[in-house]
Amino acid sequence: MSETSSKSLFTPALLVPACRDAVRKLDPRQLYRNPVMFTTAVVALLATVLALHSAMTGAGDVGFQAQLVFWLWLTVLFGNFAEALAEGRGKAQAAALRSTKAELMGKKLSGASHEIVAASTLRAGDLVLVEMGDLIPADGEVVQGVASVNEAAITGESAPVIREAGGDRSAVTAGTRVISDQITVRVTVEPGQGFLDRMIALVEGAARAKTPNEVALTILLTGLTLIFLIAVGTLPAFTAYAGQSIPVPVLVALFVALIPTTISALLSAIGIAGMDRLVRFNVLAKSGRAVEAAGDIDVLLLDKTGTITLGDRQASEFVALPGVAQGDLVEAAMLASLADETPEGRSIVALARAQGMEATAPTDAEVVQFTAQTRVSGIDADGRSIRKGAVDALLKLHDFDARATQALRSVTDRIAREGGTPLAVSDGTRLLGAIHLKDIIKAGIKERFAELRHMGIRTVMITGDNPLTAAAIAAESGVDDFLAEATPEDKLELIRKEQSGGRLVAMCGDGTNDAPALAQSDVGVAMNTGTQAAREAGNMVDLDNNPTKLIEIVGLGKQLLMTRGALTTFSIANDVAKYFAILPAIFVALYPGLGALNVMGLNSPQSAILSAVIFNALIIPFLVPLALRGVPYKPRSAARQLIGNLTLYGVGGLIVPFVGIKVIDLAVGALGLA
Amino acid sequence: MDALFLVTLVVGTTALLSWPLGQYMAWAMDPAEGRGPTALFTRISGARGTQGWRGYVTSLLVFNLLMFAVCFALLALQQVLPLNPDAKGALSADLVFNTTASFTTNTNLQHYSGEVSMSYLSQLAALMWLQFVSAATGIAALTALARGIAGRGNMGHFLIDVQRATVLVLLPLALIVGLYMALMGVPMTLQGAAKALTLEGASQTIARGPVAAFLAIKQLGTNGGGFFGPNATHPLENPSFWTNLVSMIAIILIPMACVWMFGRIIGRPRHAAVIFSVMVLFLIAKIAGSVWFESVPTFALRDLPVAQTIGNLEGKELRLGATTGPLWAVLTSSTSNGSVGAMHDSLNPLTGLMPMIRMWLNATFGGVGVGMINMFVYIIVAVFVAGMMVGRTPEYLGHRVEAREVKLAVMVLFFHSLLILGGTALFAATSWGQGSTLNPGAHGFSEILYEFSSASANNGSGFEGLGDNTVAWNIATGLVMLLGRYVPIILPLAIVGSFMAKRRAAQSAGTLGVEDATFGTMLVITVVIFGALTFLPAAALGPLADHFSQVRRAPF
Amino acid sequence: MNILVSSLRVVVASMGLCVVGYTGVILGVAQAVTPATADGSLVADASGQVVGSRLVAQGFSDPRYVWPRPSAVNYDAAAAGGSNLSPANPEIATRAKAIIAAYGVDAPIPADLVTASGAGLDPHISLAGALFQVPRVAKARGMDEDSVRGLITRLAFAPGGPLTQDRIVNVLELNLALDAGA
Repeated sequence: MSETSSKSLFTPALLVPACRDAVRKLDPRQLYRNPVMFTTAVVALLATVLALHSAMTGAGDVGFQAQLVFWLWLTVLFGNFAEALAEGRGKAQAAALRSTKAELMGKKLSGASHEIVAASTLRAGDLVLVEMGDLIPADGEVVQGVASVNEAAITGESAPVIREAGGDRSAVTAGTRVISDQITVRVTVEPGQGFLDRMIALVEGAARAKTPNEVALTILLTGLTLIFLIAVGTLPAFTAYAGQSIPVPVLVALFVALIPTTISALLSAIGIAGMDRLVRFNVLAKSGRAVEAAGDIDVLLLDKTGTITLGDRQASEFVALPGVAQGDLVEAAMLASLADETPEGRSIVALARAQGMEATAPTDAEVVQFTAQTRVSGIDADGRSIRKGAVDALLKLHDFDARATQALRSVTDRIAREGGTPLAVSDGTRLLGAIHLKDIIKAGIKERFAELRHMGIRTVMITGDNPLTAAAIAAESGVDDFLAEATPEDKLELIRKEQSGGRLVAMCGDGTNDAPALAQSDVGVAMNTGTQAAREAGNMVDLDNNPTKLIEIVGLGKQLLMTRGALTTFSIANDVAKYFAILPAIFVALYPGLGALNVMGLNSPQSAILSAVIFNALIIPFLVPLALRGVPYKPRSAARQLIGNLTLYGVGGLIVPFVGIKVIDLAVGALGLA
Repeated sequence: MDALFLVTLVVGTTALLSWPLGQYMAWAMDPAEGRGPTALFTRISGARGTQGWRGYVTSLLVFNLLMFAVCFALLALQQVLPLNPDAKGALSADLVFNTTASFTTNTNLQHYSGEVSMSYLSQLAALMWLQFVSAATGIAALTALARGIAGRGNMGHFLIDVQRATVLVLLPLALIVGLYMALMGVPMTLQGAAKALTLEGASQTIARGPVAAFLAIKQLGTNGGGFFGPNATHPLENPSFWTNLVSMIAIILIPMACVWMFGRIIGRPRHAAVIFSVMVLFLIAKIAGSVWFESVPTFALRDLPVAQTIGNLEGKELRLGATTGPLWAVLTSSTSNGSVGAMHDSLNPLTGLMPMIRMWLNATFGGVGVGMINMFVYIIVAVFVAGMMVGRTPEYLGHRVEAREVKLAVMVLFFHSLLILGGTALFAATSWGQGSTLNPGAHGFSEILYEFSSASANNGSGFEGLGDNTVAWNIATGLVMLLGRYVPIILPLAIVGSFMAKRRAAQSAGTLGVEDATFGTMLVITVVIFGALTFLPAAALGPLADHFSQVRRAPF
Repeated sequence: MNILVSSLRVVVASMGLCVVGYTGVILGVAQAVTPATADGSLVADASGQVVGSRLVAQGFSDPRYVWPRPSAVNYDAAAAGGSNLSPANPEIATRAKAIIAAYGVDAPIPADLVTASGAGLDPHISLAGALFQVPRVAKARGMDEDSVRGLITRLAFAPGGPLTQDRIVNVLELNLALDAGA
């Protein structure tokens, strides 16, 4: 963790409200959600009453009892504080969002005219007009027009994006600003349920429901609390056999020290912080459940373009057919691409220039634009008709010479085998050769896939390429498997097949036709630029539109669970030392011989009990940073993960309290507290 | 040296024998479709088809209810029934209830003395019969559990399984051991007690009976109820070093084999090996502790002119060898047996703690079938915590461990501690318990603690100084035995039932492995922390206080 | 209802097999092959009077006999039991003092002679325990100590053969041998 982030955790701006909220959270209705902390509070209340009773009657050691009461309440408050701090971090983010939302106004269309209304009155189905400079008042779909929109308020990314009616880029989000043109938007959500509202609620932790794993862990911790209630609650009867009694405050101290307060205090903070980490990562999960599911992913479906390869293919080679001069091919390719403003076109020109070709288009040249029907483009000039395009499409233009066609086929096949995309080039009825467009594999992606493999996650590349090309890219990038010439139906089919084998599948998508697959997948990350349908179908939205993030999302999910597991282990392992501190202290009066169990050599029984309770309270704030940041996560196999965490948090959890309680005991002795 | 050699011999031999037996048991209990004598068992019982967890549990309970009813009737009417050469009289109703509960639940806690109170019919038709079928119930339950984990759609049929366990597993082994015992000098007769005129002219009544048959299934089925009151310390129940050796092997043989059977049925022998290793580790630790602690001579004799050369001899038999007393103490209660080869009350305090720890954990081999089921509960907890630590929703062999499973597993652990500690508290604080202890100080408390531990763990051994044949003790421990038996069978089967209703997840390098030393370590930690820590305060007030405040002379 | 009927059938079948069949086989074989031990290893004198069981201790207090270990149930073979005294219980010391006084010997007494066995019927004492009694027995019987000692050593055995070191002696057998030799 960097220095800056550790500072940002504990700025006064966050700490002060967190302290205030910690007290406010003493409300039993809130405490009740966390059974262990609720129990602690009840027991602290009991101790308070007893201490007051002692103070009034003068019986018992009031000073000792008062200190116990103080630390018991502090234990509860520290737990509240951890939760409040986690929420506070989210709130800080939410506040910024809310300020945007507060003054949103919309131009509601009725027929040709519009009236200006507050955004909160807009209902699903309403049409609003958004003009240049306006903030979009509600989530919706563009039904008319095209505009560039600045979504910095949500994504933090200042480059504007295009939003247009129809197609996959029709979704708009409340609070974003139209910076050119105007659009008509159909509102798709009811007030208060928009994207922005959900985001605010989620980062604040207000709408947080316990995740399945959290529920299960809470049950385990509650069960442990009940077991320790029996272990401690039966002690008075046990000592009654020996004709002795144990003061209730001491029993209370033992009970609170034994029950898993540490993990319980941090449990909701861990969950909130996990969501928060995702939000900081510019990914919005629609539920905590989705974050957990991310950690369970077995199969990652990754779109080739943008995830495995750079989005743009680059020309890497001109391959002239036999009998064609290399220069002719290069010149023709360059001419055909001069007017082609796509990255591919520009890369062809750049490659030609790099090979020393200089050509300019004649002034009377007529540019033939690429269309989806012809799938070729080019230029007509000086009576020449130069074309470049997909091989099949180009071959349909003329009845080319069979030998040349044959030769071209063998060249393009080779290019495809190598994972490239061939473009054929012709001049009139003469085939010149092919341009080798190469997919550029992202740097470091192979290593990432190897990491994922170690973690037990299989990667599947989804591509529209033909199987030959796909195989070559798959081999080069190190992906485990690929789905070539993939249709949305193929994708859905693949997900179902994996799931029926008991595997959890994650994918990302943006188009409306991705929606079924997104909904079917266990973790579906929709791109924020995607359609409303895709965004609704997925259970996460990536505000940066970066499909590579899927890999990090898996890591964040695992980190969340690991943090929970590690702190649970630590918390429970602590009990061993606490027993050795408190038990001899309680029982030494009955059986002096049991002083032999005082392995830490603690000062006095009172000091031992107090030290254990103080340790139990102080360990919570000490672990807050770990809970909020998550345990350091390294991608590695489950077996290594377990060894690492068990050693660190299990063995650490055994040793730390022995040291901690001894140090506190020395301090308590030095200060004369007991 | 003796001790070390014997431990190795007994544990090693049994471990070696357990493997093939486990394979055989898997074949016998879970045969391939249409193989084995399934047709015969179907014809005998008329039970057809397969059962889900609810059906299986229902059948198990109905059958066990019948077991209870039959035994209760036979014991209550023994004075009018045949096979009663020594004319044993009627038993009190509370003792009949306690004894019936005890043998139905495979506990064999005995608040009576066999040669004093029981007719031969009671011994054979009521008690020995239950020693077969209660053990068979445990094996059947484990088989059902394993089938569910293996991903079968059903758990089989209880009434078929219980016959398989009785006829194919227990009966052949009991025949072998029973014949061995008879040939090695254990009495086997239906004649009443013998009358003798001693050399000094006193008359001595020597109780005897069909001991060899009773003895074999007592040990093999981890029942442990002695034919005679002092159980396997009685020279007619355990006449020589060699009968003792075979008894010790018989005690842990099937519990060990159960682990292998489990591994075979779920198709994960390596996982079974990890569980086996964890159990052996605990077993060896406790045996080593016992032998070591028991080598301290009898404390009360320290200032007298007594030549104490071989440790604490109080309550031990010379023919069994000085070291085998503590070895047996741990072995008997390492399984859920309770047959005693030395009087546990007279063991040194820390030696007495070893069987208590075993009963608190209740999973280091444990009772036939149910020991492995108890370990399954710890596995669920271990998998849950470890699963989170590897960053995934916890799963056990592809079965997701979620709220329901955790709840059921924790309930088993909770119940066990509630029954032991709650029962102990009730009796320690009242005259029910306070008036019944024999030994002074913390040791008296240990007697109460041991009794409830033994009842809840379905072990059956006891600190016999306790005057436990009272109405309060009979009813309380009877109820504890029943709860301590059926709750830890029903709830784990419910866990597996819940597994079966869910889609099974695939295994990968990212899922928690349950076949390596790391998981073994995790399991050991879980057993210690979840099983033992709860009982530390009680241990401190019992054996530890006893040791530190009286014996003092620490063995180390 | 079906389950109940089926269960009943299994109850009856298992009773027949486990109680009648199994017991019958073992009873038959034991009575045929080892009738003596099957009936309790009883020992009779020349007149056919049963004097005890080789496996069950009986009380001896006559100085002419070797004495067994103390019994918490006074050698009652119809209601056996141990002392159940904890090792720190002072009653153990009280009992030991009485026994030591009865022996009336100054040398440290072997521990087995002052500790009760599990069932109170341990038929054996340690070799040391037997040799400890040699002077008394020899004097009472008017035998020389060496021949008593020789008899004891001849009857002593290691219960586990090579697996155990300490040797033990069966008290009843020893006393019968003493009577026979006297």
